[in-house]
Amino acid sequence: MLIRRPADTIPSEITNYEVFRRRRQLIKGGAAAALGLAATGLFALTPEASAKLKFDQLKKSRFNAKESLTPYKDVTSYNNFYEFSTDKEGPAQLAEDFKSRPWSIEVAGEIKKPKVYDVDELIKRFPLEERIYRLRCVEAWSMVVPWVGFALGDFIKTLEPNSRAKYVEFETLHDPKRMPGQRRGLFGSVLDWPYREGLRIDEAIHPLTILAVGVYGEELPGQNGAPIRLVVPWKYGFKSIKSIVKINFVEQPPVNTWQVQAPHEYGFYANVNPKVSHPRWSQARERRIGEFFKRPTLMFNGYAEQVAHLYQGMDLSKNF
Amino acid sequence: MPAASPEIQLRWIKRVKPVAFTACLIPAALLIWRAATDTLGAEPIETITFTTGDWTLRMLMITLAITPLRQLTGWHALIRLRRMFGLYAFFYALLHFTTYIVLDQFFAWQFILEDIAERLYILVGFTAFVLLIPLAATSTNRMLQRLGGKRWQRLHRLTYAVPILGVLHFLWLVKADITEPAIYALVLSILLGYRIVRYRRRRASQAVAGVPKRATP
Repeated sequence: MLIRRPADTIPSEITNYEVFRRRRQLIKGGAAAALGLAATGLFALTPEASAKLKFDQLKKSRFNAKESLTPYKDVTSYNNFYEFSTDKEGPAQLAEDFKSRPWSIEVAGEIKKPKVYDVDELIKRFPLEERIYRLRCVEAWSMVVPWVGFALGDFIKTLEPNSRAKYVEFETLHDPKRMPGQRRGLFGSVLDWPYREGLRIDEAIHPLTILAVGVYGEELPGQNGAPIRLVVPWKYGFKSIKSIVKINFVEQPPVNTWQVQAPHEYGFYANVNPKVSHPRWSQARERRIGEFFKRPTLMFNGYAEQVAHLYQGMDLSKNF
Repeated sequence: MPAASPEIQLRWIKRVKPVAFTACLIPAALLIWRAATDTLGAEPIETITFTTGDWTLRMLMITLAITPLRQLTGWHALIRLRRMFGLYAFFYALLHFTTYIVLDQFFAWQFILEDIAERLYILVGFTAFVLLIPLAATSTNRMLQRLGGKRWQRLHRLTYAVPILGVLHFLWLVKADITEPAIYALVLSILLGYRIVRYRRRRASQAVAGVPKRATP
């Protein structure tokens, strides 16, 4: 149950995903052979191996957390993605057949030329990097995830926002046919769909903020926000909106879904802050998935050096 | 349809009881099995906490369902299962509480006390657990005799408070999706509503019949 690596492991020492994958297939193949099903077992391996798009030749990043990675299995099976299910294990099962192609993203608002982009066009346009980030959920658990993506700021630069572009607003796909969690349940809708998030423009262009298209060197699975999602590592996980279909540049502060849901519990900023409790639980500590003991939560999730200046002079207990 | 004779009822209940006893242990056994095979998921402690909490509420509901079932079906021998279900509710509550203290917090008393003092859902859940202790402690025949029927019964009316607090504990901890606690709340209101309706009807019929009013046990 306890999976620990020394904290000084460098990223290149972590099991290569290809190797990991091949090992898993060997184990599966071995089990199949043991059952006398070698032929069918081998037959079944081929489609799985080619099912997901792989990213190679990733640019090295200067922002990698030097901590042991949360195993692929946990990253892709313990998810908060209410669009599919409010259970942690639900999204992985319900998003298994989620089709993330074709996928277009509408970019609109206070920019030079609003346009609809195809997701693969974006993936080809920007050099992809691996970013190993801590992810801290508002529910007081955390992971270390090797994302694949590019800086949102690099994309924003090409859009030439004007002076009225003070905030960026994001929207998740709203399609109850493909996202069963968006269907009305016994007690109505769980959240006010579509899911919305927002950032101040300076947060959006911060070099730590990325649009992720992959994890562990291959394309994002549905439950992790395929095909493209935001990752803002110094904020609680719910800010890192998944399966984005719209990016809008606006002058007024946007509303975010969780703030609408419970304004006294979730704010616009949602910066990781051990000193400001959620009204119903403490944020002082967190459980890293795979570890037994809780660990102290770090200010701005350990990214204070890079981002604290963005909030200088602000009362963070009011602007939570 | 008339209910079976008391002898037949007794024979059946005696057969059912060991089966029910074993069945109530299955959720705990499954947890141990899943822990041993490392299939409790990415957050094993959370899985154990949720599972034991769920089964506490379920056992409380089953316990509360015994009396209406007896009255509606005439199967009065069901009373012989009630204590067992009640004690299983305590058993799962104890596991739930221990999981929180040992696995989740690992005896970090400072954080535990802060939780109880500052988080309403923890306080309510903790209160429900504390209230279950005297009920479990006085569940033996000997304690019933020592306390006397009346006093024992008065004490054991806490059985109604515990699941109310338990459901509130669940309702106040969820983030957005209230489906599960709402289902428990619905079941609980039926079980308690049944008692209120029955109590009122009996009082009304006694008034009509001119029976002097007295405290209904």
